[in-house]
Amino acid sequence: MSPTYAYYPGCSGLGTSAEYDRSTRAVCKTLGIELVDIPDWSCCGSTPAHTVDHALSCALSARNIGQAEKLDVEGIITPCPSCLTNLKTASHRMRNPEFKARVEKLLDEPVENRLPVMSVLQVLFEQVGPRRIADRVTESLSGLRLAPYYGCIMNRPPEIMDFDDCENPIAMDRLMAALGADIAPFPLKVECCGASFGVARKGMVMKLSGKLLDAAEDVRADAMVTACPLCQMNLDLRQKQINAANNARHNMPVFYYTQLIGKALGLGEDSLMLDNLIVRPVGAFRKMEEVRRSAS
Amino acid sequence: MTTVLLNKSYDADFVGQVEKESEQNLSLCYQCGNCTAGCPYSSFYDYPVSQIVRLTQTGQRETVLSSRALWLCASCESCTTRCPNNIDVARVMDVLRHMARRAGHKPEPEIKIFWDTFLNSVEKHGRVFEMGLMAKYIVKTGRVMTDADLGMDLLPKGKLSFRAHDIVGKQNVADIFKRFNKERES
Ligand code: SF4
Ligand code: SF4
Repeated sequence: MSPTYAYYPGCSGLGTSAEYDRSTRAVCKTLGIELVDIPDWSCCGSTPAHTVDHALSCALSARNIGQAEKLDVEGIITPCPSCLTNLKTASHRMRNPEFKARVEKLLDEPVENRLPVMSVLQVLFEQVGPRRIADRVTESLSGLRLAPYYGCIMNRPPEIMDFDDCENPIAMDRLMAALGADIAPFPLKVECCGASFGVARKGMVMKLSGKLLDAAEDVRADAMVTACPLCQMNLDLRQKQINAANNARHNMPVFYYTQLIGKALGLGEDSLMLDNLIVRPVGAFRKMEEVRRSAS
Repeated sequence: MTTVLLNKSYDADFVGQVEKESEQNLSLCYQCGNCTAGCPYSSFYDYPVSQIVRLTQTGQRETVLSSRALWLCASCESCTTRCPNNIDVARVMDVLRHMARRAGHKPEPEIKIFWDTFLNSVEKHGRVFEMGLMAKYIVKTGRVMTDADLGMDLLPKGKLSFRAHDIVGKQNVADIFKRFNKERES
């Protein structure tokens, strides 16, 4: 029987990262991972909540953990690293009974806190694995050179996130390599992109995300690939702003890794929504074809 | 570089409170500077993160709580990941901003408004409403041109929803905030 998980899409999946949500669902379905949406899930409060108070932040996540416990599932999974951090931190800290009691005082009902929480990336990497994905590839990505960018919090801090390596994660590298892509050694895999400061302090994002784009170009990547809605938005949607601020001329597509898995597995545009990317990937794909043609 | 005179300014209560709320032993910090070396935001801070730890260790309540660094920290967790003494530095930063908030500091008003507006949206709808959040942020800060250029890219892609996604249990979420505020007042 295929494994079933409680799925937490996260708020951005309803808007700015619709393509991540859509491609995640399609890829999981194709690979035999069953997702059941957490009934009436609410926002985890993201960074703003934990800057106000830890019990408040954990309570916002704990409500969703409680909702998931009502389902017959083996764990909770989410594509978004920010949601993941909040869910995992809540679950981790509630192992302390005193803290759990404080959190439960803010909730309508107590939570058991028994379900493991994982990223979709972890489940695809550990449960399905690069080898089985490679077997399913119908449209190889060979000739496409990718800079895999994980963002700051997918794997950190290691005591809480408990997956892959906190300085040099490789899950996405291996999955992309399984699709046939050429993986550039990207030195800023876990550097921060500027997070949600794009609105209030744009300059910080211009500098930090600008550095990431420079580095991707330095390693001759045709595109970046990421697992985080906020990173993707800063690098893709704000790329024009970054070019203007830094006097740069980047034209770097920034994919969600699930879009690329879906493409290699032959899923259609309906599932991938590549048209949603602001920096159009046609050039990168064209180059991919050229590389292949000259190699054959 | 400011000189801190410890004979008069050491606030032991402050140190105790930070240690208790963060569950971290600050005296373990020997100022190796690893946290600062990896902090992507160092160049924007008034005090780099290792100095925040040092100032906290030496009980400099006012200096620490009024610091801009607390609001500019993105919780990227690189300090926590790299501290050789296993101090959860990002958690200390979080606890310090909780205290700064409670003490009424707001040296970075736009950031505070952005965060508050975000949470208000969650409190009201159960989920954050991106378009509404931006509109409110712009009204509250008066920064009308904030990201106006991005709308042109977002709208045709249907990436911005004009409708809030209210959840059925939005009252449960509102109640979490209500209980939290009540706990805070008592
Ligand atoms: S890394 Fe740890 S020990 Fe080193 S300065 Fe920072 S807090 Fe202190
Ligand atoms: S968590 Fe904050 S203080 Fe620590 S390295 Fe990241 S931005 Fe700097």
